[in-house]
Amino acid sequence: MCNAAGNTAGRLHRLPEIECLFPKTVEEAVSVLEKHKDSAKILAGGTDILNKMKRRTLVPKYLVNIKSIESLKYVKVVDNELHIGANATYNFIQQSKEVNDLFPMLAETVLMIATPQIRSTGTMLGNLCNAVPSADSAPPLIALGAKIKVKGPEKEREIMVEDFITSPHICALEPDEIAVEITIPIQAGRGKYIKHMLRAEGDLALVGVAVYLNFDANSVCSEAKIALGAVAPTPFRARKAEKLLIGKTLDSSVIEAAACAASEEARPIDDIRSTAEYRSEMVKVLTIRAINNILKGE
Amino acid sequence: MKQIMRFTINGVTYEENIDHRRTLLEVLRDQFGLLGTHKGCDEGHCGACTVIIDGDPVNSCQILAVDAAGKNIKTIEGLERDGVLHPIQQAFVDSGAIQCGFCTPGMIMTAKAFLDKNPNPTTDEIKYAIHGNLCRCTGYKQIVDAIEWAAAAMREEELR
Repeated sequence: MCNAAGNTAGRLHRLPEIECLFPKTVEEAVSVLEKHKDSAKILAGGTDILNKMKRRTLVPKYLVNIKSIESLKYVKVVDNELHIGANATYNFIQQSKEVNDLFPMLAETVLMIATPQIRSTGTMLGNLCNAVPSADSAPPLIALGAKIKVKGPEKEREIMVEDFITSPHICALEPDEIAVEITIPIQAGRGKYIKHMLRAEGDLALVGVAVYLNFDANSVCSEAKIALGAVAPTPFRARKAEKLLIGKTLDSSVIEAAACAASEEARPIDDIRSTAEYRSEMVKVLTIRAINNILKGE
Repeated sequence: MKQIMRFTINGVTYEENIDHRRTLLEVLRDQFGLLGTHKGCDEGHCGACTVIIDGDPVNSCQILAVDAAGKNIKTIEGLERDGVLHPIQQAFVDSGAIQCGFCTPGMIMTAKAFLDKNPNPTTDEIKYAIHGNLCRCTGYKQIVDAIEWAAAAMREEELR
C-alpha cells in the first residue's frame, strides 16, 4: 500500500537485507560504527529498531549487535552514583535491588512501560536513544538529574538526559558513538512519576509528569525538579514551576501555583489521541497529584 | 547474510542455516513448521507471537533468530505432556476462553511464564500479567478465569 508519494513507510514489511556484526567489546562496536557511519546501527533490545526497519523508516546495512556484550548488562553502585548499563533490560532494572532501594520511582515507572514481553527484551537506554517525546523513562531520569555516558572513537562524553533527546526520534548521538550507560547521582529526596494513558496499561503516555523533591529539617522544599513528557517535542524540565516550590513550605496554594506554571510551560499538540487543551489541563492535575503523593510519603 | 544457527525449542535441538534478517517468529513457523505461534501485528503490541525464552515471555516478532540461538525456547507445542493438555490449556478449553483461537497460544505462553513465577496470583495480578496479549473476541473474562483455574490446578499438582 503506497501513499500518493509512492512512499511505503507506514506499511510493515519483512526485515530488509542486513548483516549482523557481533562486536565483543564496546571499543570494537565503536570502530564498526566509525567504519560504517550511517549505514550501521546498534541493536540492543531491538524492540524499537526492528519495527523501524520493518516500516523502512530506517534501513541500515549493518546491525551492530551488542546483546552479546555481557559486560554491558549491569546495574551497580559506583562511588555515589547508580550506573545502568546499555544492555540492562527493563525487567533487569525493575528487579534490581539497588534500583528499588535507591530510586523506587524508577522501578515503579518500568512497570508502566509497554508490556511484559517488551520489558523482557527492551532496554531503557535503547528507548532513550529512540527519542520519542513520550518516552516514560525520560521524565523520571531527568527529575533525578541523570546523565548518559557516550563513547566515540576519540572521546567519551556525558550528556544530561534532558539534553539527550533533541527532537522527536532524534537523540544527541553522533553516527560513530554508542550510548553505554545511564548514571544517576544518589540523592536523598523522593520522586513520583505519573503516566496518564487512554488505556489501563500498555499504552503511550498522553501526558507524563515526574516530580522530585527534597526537604530541609523544617519541611521546607530545598530541591525541586519537575520533568514533563509527551507535552512538547522533547521531554523537558518545567523550570519556572520548579522555582515556585523551592524555599517554600508546600501547602495547597503553593502547589497549585507551581502546577499552573508547569501547565503553561507545556507545549502539547492536538493529535489522534488527545487535544492540546486536555493535555495542558492534565499537566496541572498530575503535577498536583505527584507532589501530594510525595508529601504523603508513599 | 546467512549463518548456521542452533536452536533449542521445547527441549529439541535444531541446526539450520538462517539469514540474519529472519525473526524468531519467522523461523519457528517457516523453518521448523511450528505453526502454533501466530503473527498478529508483527510489531510487538498484540502478543500473539509470545514464546518463552529462559523463563520470560517474549514477542518472537521482536527478536532476530540469531539472537534466540543458544537460548532455551518454549512454544505452545511444548506444553502438552505425553499427549495430555497442560493444566493451562485445559483451563482455557473448560472456561470458554478460546473463541477464534488466534490470541490463544500467545496468551497461554504468557500465562505459563507468569504462573511459573507467581503460582498464587490475585485477579488484578493476572490482568496485569496479560496486558501484553490482546484478544478481540472474549472480553478477557473467560481468559482471566482460565488462568485462575489453571493456577489452582497447578498448585494442587505441586502438592500431590
